Amino acid sequence: MADPLRVSHGLWRDILRQFMHHKGAVFGAGLFAAIVIGVLAGPLLWDVAPDAPDFSARNAGPSAAHPFGTDQLGRDLLAQVLAGGRISLSVGLAAMVLSVGLGTLVGVAAGVFRRLDGPLMRLTDLFLSLPLLPLLLVIVMLFREALSASVGTNTGIFLLIVIAIGVTSWMPVARIVRADVLSVREREFVLAARASGTTQMRIITRHILPNILSPIVVSATLGIANAIITESALSFLGLGFPSDFPTWGRLLSDGVVYLSEFPWRVFWPGLMISLTVLSVNFMGDGLRDALDPRLRGRAAPL
Amino acid sequence: MLTFALRRLLLSVPMLIVIALVIFLLLDVAPGDPMGNLPQTISPEVRAQMREALGLGEPLHVRFWKWMVQLFWVEPQVLIDHVFGTSLAVDKPRVLSWQSRAPVMFEIAQALPQTLWVVGTAYVVGILMALPLGIFAAYRQYSVFDNASTFVTMVGYSLPPFLTGPLIIFVFSVQLDLFPFIYETSHRVTDWESFTYQVKQMVLPVLVLSVQTTAQISRYMRSAMLDNLSQDYVRTARAKGMSEWVVVMVHVLRNSMIPVVTVIALGAPAIFGGAIITEQVFAINGIGAQLIGAIKANDLPLVHTLTFLFAVLIVLANLLADLLYGLLDPRIRYG
Repeated sequence: MADPLRVSHGLWRDILRQFMHHKGAVFGAGLFAAIVIGVLAGPLLWDVAPDAPDFSARNAGPSAAHPFGTDQLGRDLLAQVLAGGRISLSVGLAAMVLSVGLGTLVGVAAGVFRRLDGPLMRLTDLFLSLPLLPLLLVIVMLFREALSASVGTNTGIFLLIVIAIGVTSWMPVARIVRADVLSVREREFVLAARASGTTQMRIITRHILPNILSPIVVSATLGIANAIITESALSFLGLGFPSDFPTWGRLLSDGVVYLSEFPWRVFWPGLMISLTVLSVNFMGDGLRDALDPRLRGRAAPL
Repeated sequence: MLTFALRRLLLSVPMLIVIALVIFLLLDVAPGDPMGNLPQTISPEVRAQMREALGLGEPLHVRFWKWMVQLFWVEPQVLIDHVFGTSLAVDKPRVLSWQSRAPVMFEIAQALPQTLWVVGTAYVVGILMALPLGIFAAYRQYSVFDNASTFVTMVGYSLPPFLTGPLIIFVFSVQLDLFPFIYETSHRVTDWESFTYQVKQMVLPVLVLSVQTTAQISRYMRSAMLDNLSQDYVRTARAKGMSEWVVVMVHVLRNSMIPVVTVIALGAPAIFGGAIITEQVFAINGIGAQLIGAIKANDLPLVHTLTFLFAVLIVLANLLADLLYGLLDPRIRYG
């Protein structure tokens, strides 16, 4: 068999070209890359500890010593935003991986194995009918202390929030994946593979999964935005990370109380959340167009 | 169609029961103790008696059955009593809130109108803004207006309500002093002046909630219009010499509304979820704020019932969307 990378070389170049035509997508990808690099490399350039109080400069406005200002304990907001970004982005990425993984697993299982299709799709319907935000709140409230006690506060809450977001957001992915698997599995090349004695597992990994990659990639991109917003919403409602553990949502909700006196405390974390979500959404939009063979090669919008 | 509707309705009953069971089981593993907030001076015997009174001593399935009976058998009777003045439900046990010892449904009935007012108005406003936006953006695809509205809806969709809420309060209430920044739940509309105050205090929460609705629905409206504008029947209509207004606003719009109407029906429960955050921002005393309060106070019956209420809303909206789709689109026939 030929090297799949070499065979699909032209395809990937097409996709890249279409993606590059989509100005919004290029802008989104660039912005997202900048945010990730900034959050990862930022602490190397700005080595102020995010939890070091500076009582001489409490609630200070933006200055040379504290470019983003400080909070009520004089902690540097820039350092907190950088540290919070790493947590928020990791929550977003981890929850996305979990939800896309679960969704793909359920979708492929339902699409490939006829017997599982009915029960799995009823399960998906059931999850779609659950009131997700209330349930998320309930889950976090119920398991926070138990998990904190067993694996430590910060790891516990990180795991809890990632798992809670993951298990409540896999359903759309499962539905899309199942629909695509159903159409791919009837194609001739799957029949040919089966006729030549390929095992079920290998048919799934070699023939079906590569062909349903595009909806998975798009869902994954948009899933990051969804997870970051959900994490921030939980923190905002007081059921997310604890106060001394900076995430963008936590910083924002801590700052809202002081909005009228010290608006920068809301501005910076809010700006970072919005820019991240916006860039990811633009990227997802562009990827959807680029990966859709019906749209590829047409004049790009924007 | 009628058989389909009936079958669909019957199917949602087991669905709701399973959801109720899931919610019940999830909450039952709660490590929190509803008696945890009581003073330490209460003796263990009295504590045990109080647990008994709260119904905590009984096994799981008994409590689930009691809750279901109270919710589906006693509460409707209370409602009938209330409406017709009968006395069916006198002395029958009702679901009681652990916080206030009042019936849960009574508590919810007090909070629900606030939520319905704000959420309902926001949804209607959002739809009324979204439809023209989507129609015009599609009609002038890739124009300046279309690109601008794509960008604006994308931004509106990406800005979470817990950010837009405080920002809008800061600009319009604190800086400009145009609108009150806290929603006064006890406010009663009696005359013109109090009515204008009610409108004024609703402006900001409605604005925050409707931004998300507008962003989502206008995208659907635009793509549905685009799908239809390139169809053959549009060219035929134009060739017959119909005015542009009739072609777009009658022929294309009517066909494009089919998927949009179902999206509108499906989106209605989601905005209740969004209201949880908006109610927190504007201190509206609705069911969202009630849920947060109940969760923090470990008031299990209230959390159960409110979460279940949200689930009922979602199931009803799904049902409505399915039925509307069949009613509106003559191409769909349910066998």
